[in-house]
Amino acid sequence: MDPRFEHLYEALTKVDGFIYPNEIDLAWSVLIVLYPYITGLVAGAFILASLERVFKVKALKPTYAIALLTSFSFLLVATMPLIFHLGKPLRFFEILTTPHLTSAMAVFGFVYLWYLMVVLLLEIWFDYRHDLVIWSNQGRGMKKWIYKILTLGIKDISTEALSWDQKLGYAVTIIGIPSAFLLHGYVGFIFGSIKANPWWSTTLMPVIFLFSAMVSGIALVMVIFMLVNYIRKEKIDMKCLDTIGKFLLYAIIIDFALEALDQVHRFYVADESFDTIYLLMSGKLYITLIGMQIIVGTVIPLIVLGFMQFYKPKVKIRQWLYFITGILVLVGIFFMRWNVVIGGQLFSKSFNGFTSFKLDLIGAEGFLGAAIWMIVPFLILAFLLWLLPPWKKISEHF
Amino acid sequence: MKEKKKKINRRKFIGYSGLITGGVLASSIAPSLGGILMASRKPKNDGPWYGIGIDIEKCIGCGNCAKTCKIENDVPKEPFFFRNWVEQYTLKKDGSMLIEAPNGGIDGFKQTEADENILKTFFVPKMCNHCAKSPCTQVCPVGATFESPEGIALIDEKYCIGCGYCIQACPYGCRYLHPDTDVADKCTLCYHRIKKGMNPACMDTCPTGARISGDLNDPESDLNKFLNTKNVQVLKPQMNTGSKLFYNALNREVK
Repeated sequence: MDPRFEHLYEALTKVDGFIYPNEIDLAWSVLIVLYPYITGLVAGAFILASLERVFKVKALKPTYAIALLTSFSFLLVATMPLIFHLGKPLRFFEILTTPHLTSAMAVFGFVYLWYLMVVLLLEIWFDYRHDLVIWSNQGRGMKKWIYKILTLGIKDISTEALSWDQKLGYAVTIIGIPSAFLLHGYVGFIFGSIKANPWWSTTLMPVIFLFSAMVSGIALVMVIFMLVNYIRKEKIDMKCLDTIGKFLLYAIIIDFALEALDQVHRFYVADESFDTIYLLMSGKLYITLIGMQIIVGTVIPLIVLGFMQFYKPKVKIRQWLYFITGILVLVGIFFMRWNVVIGGQLFSKSFNGFTSFKLDLIGAEGFLGAAIWMIVPFLILAFLLWLLPPWKKISEHF
Repeated sequence: MKEKKKKINRRKFIGYSGLITGGVLASSIAPSLGGILMASRKPKNDGPWYGIGIDIEKCIGCGNCAKTCKIENDVPKEPFFFRNWVEQYTLKKDGSMLIEAPNGGIDGFKQTEADENILKTFFVPKMCNHCAKSPCTQVCPVGATFESPEGIALIDEKYCIGCGYCIQACPYGCRYLHPDTDVADKCTLCYHRIKKGMNPACMDTCPTGARISGDLNDPESDLNKFLNTKNVQVLKPQMNTGSKLFYNALNREVK
């Protein structure tokens, strides 16, 4: 037997009911689960940064630069799972050169580049320009030269020039907020616009994606903020941590409300796909949906964070609670993406049966292949934190 | 006074320039937004416009159509890749419906249900619906999937990037990712044959003449005679895909 088809023959024995014969193989695997997950982390982390800068939540100041660098690190990797999942990865540039404009997927490249080049790079550059100039005069060796290159030769640090940095950086952040909304709302539209698939096809999908992005991005920055402080053996700014926790709670409440609305609507309307979808939710997706996404990723964090709004335990306990909650939320949102992407392909569009999915350990579409794309952003972030340490910044925006 | 006037003029000048630049930018982006309207517009169909008719009452479930298609179009022989296939429906006396399509019906069908439990049984051949507003064409991010002037949904396999979005978008499960070429693949209505005036292979091989294709714009075509004399229905009409595959005697259980 051709080893390429072994898993399909195995899946064939596990078909439940009737499915169209082409539906045994899932066209989208774990890499496409990572795509909205990583993009969501990017958008969410950025929105946390703008909370501080645009909405003047000053308690969040210690997280501003970390949030931006986190967003940037994940953005650099965001397209990789997409490209590696393509049947023809070397043809990916066609999306940029000949986008087919009736496709929701066609403009992703442009939205992505806009976000990378116009929003994140510019904002980080304006925020760090003053420091880069100073560091390029202080350091020695390679690092000094890297800083020199990063200043792009603009060494003017007069008060007037710095105030322009402020103004332009602020303007970019303001452009950045709708851009972050666009980036992730748009990813939701890619799924929400597929009318053939009732599990995806909902107008709420872009909004749900957006708020779940905020939830995951805020949780990620919270966890990274704590880790960075732990590694640097610094005391964690508890006012800042409490504020992140508060905003995380708000985001989870909105996200949960939206998803609940979606499900209530599904149950109330109960269209022709309902019986199948119900079987999906109570069967194949039971653990990942009810267990991981709803209980672990939503209800427990809601209770813990909600509880801490009324009663604040001791600092040490609070830190642990925030850390664990952050991890639970990140796991929960990962499974939310999983349930959307994988769940949406487990039932037949004939609504008469189910196929199955097994995640391999190795291979580009396997667990390890996918894990690489979750580890790389952290390595990039570690490098960026070494190169552009927020705690050594001299300049401050107001 | 003069000084003031000059200032306003400069300001106006900048304002107008901004307006013009913005206008040019907006108008250059605007046409691309027309892409949103693809499915909400009436499709253009001047000239030959191909459709398909399948008479369920005539299908005997021999599976020749599916088998011939695999040979004619080099479709991988494994039972996971089909350009067309046949489904067997068995309505049982308890009211439940059993649906089967082992190997797409290529090897024929064996009834797995005992005779005394069966109320009725019938076969439904499936293939690409060659929709006039095909969701697969709509979602292709690079335009590798397109509709031919005759209304046939085709794939440029040298251009497809293999993203699989079209596979997700097809409500009828008619597409698959070809394991050898790593790009999407589907029924072409044997475009290479019909361009030479021949019939699609599955239609020539059907022993009972259950399948026909033809020009929907030609009032004299066999297809139009079929449509005019039978009570036809398309699959999943609520999807509004502009399906051009019409079934006679389609049962409500068939999706």
